[in-house]
Amino acid sequence: MFYRENGQFKTSYKADQQAFAIPQDRWAIVAIVAFAFIGVPLLVDEYMFRAILVPFLILSLAALGVNILVGYCGQITLGAGASMAVGAYASYNFLIRVDGMPALAAILLGGLMAAAAGIVFGAPSLRVRGLYLAVATLAAQFFWDWAFLRIKWFTNNSSSGSVSVADINLLGWTINTPTDKYLFCLGILVAFSVMAKNLLRGNMGRQWMAIRDMDVAATVIGIRPMYAKLTAFAVSSFYLGVAGALWGMVNLGSWEPAAFSIDRSLQLLFMVIIGGMGAISGSFFGAAFIVILPIFLNQMLPLVGTLFGLDVSTALVSHVEFIIFGSLIVFFLIVEPHGIARLWATGREKLRLWPFPH
Amino acid sequence: MAFFLETLLGGLMSGMLYSLVALGFVLIFKASGVFNFAQGAMVLFAALAMARFSEWIPAWLGMDNLFIANVLAFAVAVVIMFIVAWLIERLALRYLVNQEGATLLMATLGIAYVLDGIGQTIFGSAIYKIDVGMPKEPVMMLESVFEGGILINKEDFIAALIAALLVISLSIFFQKTATGRALRAVADDHQAAQSIGIPLDRIWVIVWCVAGITALVAGIIWGSKLGVQFSLSTIALRALPVVILGGLTSVPGAIIGGLIIGVGEKLSEVYLGPYVGGGIEIWFAYMLALVFLLFRPQGLFGEKIIDRV
Repeated sequence: MFYRENGQFKTSYKADQQAFAIPQDRWAIVAIVAFAFIGVPLLVDEYMFRAILVPFLILSLAALGVNILVGYCGQITLGAGASMAVGAYASYNFLIRVDGMPALAAILLGGLMAAAAGIVFGAPSLRVRGLYLAVATLAAQFFWDWAFLRIKWFTNNSSSGSVSVADINLLGWTINTPTDKYLFCLGILVAFSVMAKNLLRGNMGRQWMAIRDMDVAATVIGIRPMYAKLTAFAVSSFYLGVAGALWGMVNLGSWEPAAFSIDRSLQLLFMVIIGGMGAISGSFFGAAFIVILPIFLNQMLPLVGTLFGLDVSTALVSHVEFIIFGSLIVFFLIVEPHGIARLWATGREKLRLWPFPH
Repeated sequence: MAFFLETLLGGLMSGMLYSLVALGFVLIFKASGVFNFAQGAMVLFAALAMARFSEWIPAWLGMDNLFIANVLAFAVAVVIMFIVAWLIERLALRYLVNQEGATLLMATLGIAYVLDGIGQTIFGSAIYKIDVGMPKEPVMMLESVFEGGILINKEDFIAALIAALLVISLSIFFQKTATGRALRAVADDHQAAQSIGIPLDRIWVIVWCVAGITALVAGIIWGSKLGVQFSLSTIALRALPVVILGGLTSVPGAIIGGLIIGVGEKLSEVYLGPYVGGGIEIWFAYMLALVFLLFRPQGLFGEKIIDRV
């Protein structure tokens, strides 16, 4: 009844081509963003920020990067964690080696470095496809894991690759409380999401989607696969690099290469597939699911245990967590292989017709 | 020269062990198009079952014959892997037919989590030993040819022998039996196989059972070398370059890929490693596989990919 575009006539090309053509969508997005900026800091306590919201924001940004590559350009990657690591360590190096480097510039430069690395390790995609490519991207993962552990220059000669940064400073605003961190990450995430939305409906995004749907056919209609694939790798790695820099400098503060191991890559791929490939909103849904589920299980299982009078050890909890997490993933893939974003889209279609379905 | 040969032989033998894990990948991919990331978890699960039952069975029966205990534990572990295979097919894969490759990959990752969790809940998560009586002491060979001879690990040698035996029996199974023929038919073309009356679900259960047995053998050999512990499940990652190098659909590819990767890893670690700080084994294997892939994108023995619009 409320969600209906009947009677909304587009009278100019500009109105027809805007990012959110339906006013209800537009207002809903504005309301959500406004609530996230103003409402959430008033309502939520510090633990929520630190344990859930900040990781959620940063991982959504990373998942968005993976989604650009996997969901929009169709190149499966298992090396996403490596791009995050490059971003994190590059921005760390810019920060400590260049005097007076602004933190935001260091983060963005870290993203650019990750983009450069992404182009190099994305080059095999020109020859190799599908699952072969997925395994080939693992080369990047293991190479960078090794490089940040063994090459001392990257980590300023610290042992075992662990580095730490002081609180970062943005034009006189020192980001040290969880609320500051949340707002900073949220600002970056909103900016990058808007950028992604526009990139994906423009020329470049359409080239990526053509390559994803069938690359030979795309070549026939004049899309250069090299340009399209490498730009997808570069943009995706840029997002991942910025997310990695934020993860290291804002969320963790001090970190070592293990923070960006293969587990992180797999986690990001999970987010994209559970959230929904080829949908920006899917990145957020997936990140929320993967961030919240383990915390939820961790809190719930001991409670359930005491309910039945069992004494649950922490080892058992972590094993049961594994089991439930794994089976939920399989269950989700069986029930909705196109991800939560598809559920959301179906719900929206229903809402358009409601309450008169015919 | 002797040192070089020693490294080379060591590489060949560890390559054999990689192929053992890679075989599991190839078998399942060939028959069902599923890239089974859970192979590592299956190796760990099988090794845990074997290690714990070889401890428990003597305690239950009150006897201390190592040989009989091992045989019984092996039998129990085989049965357990059959049950695991059946459950995976019954509860997960059956509903995921015809999904995209990436979705199936993620599903097997989920299965890997479940297997890791269940295995450690039932069997415990400490480090366990598998003692199947493999000789540990190294032997000298070719002392007449080289000064000082070549040092060879007997254990590695026997492991390589077992791997070779497994490969031979698998190829006999695939080439000579009716079930093997059905498996090859399904690998060739699902629809055609179904249309002449080959039951797909049963074939998949059989494939997962066979993969389970290779996982068990790999688990026993790796487990008796390194001890059975959680990190055993990461050997799947060591075997992945082998799989793509040899081609996802080729059994001989898995063997030859394994040998190439094994030799490449050992030689690079010994001759290149000291210059760059060591520990390069893992990514070097992937780089090596990548170099081969640049020339043959479908692996050395994989089926040629033909593009049609």
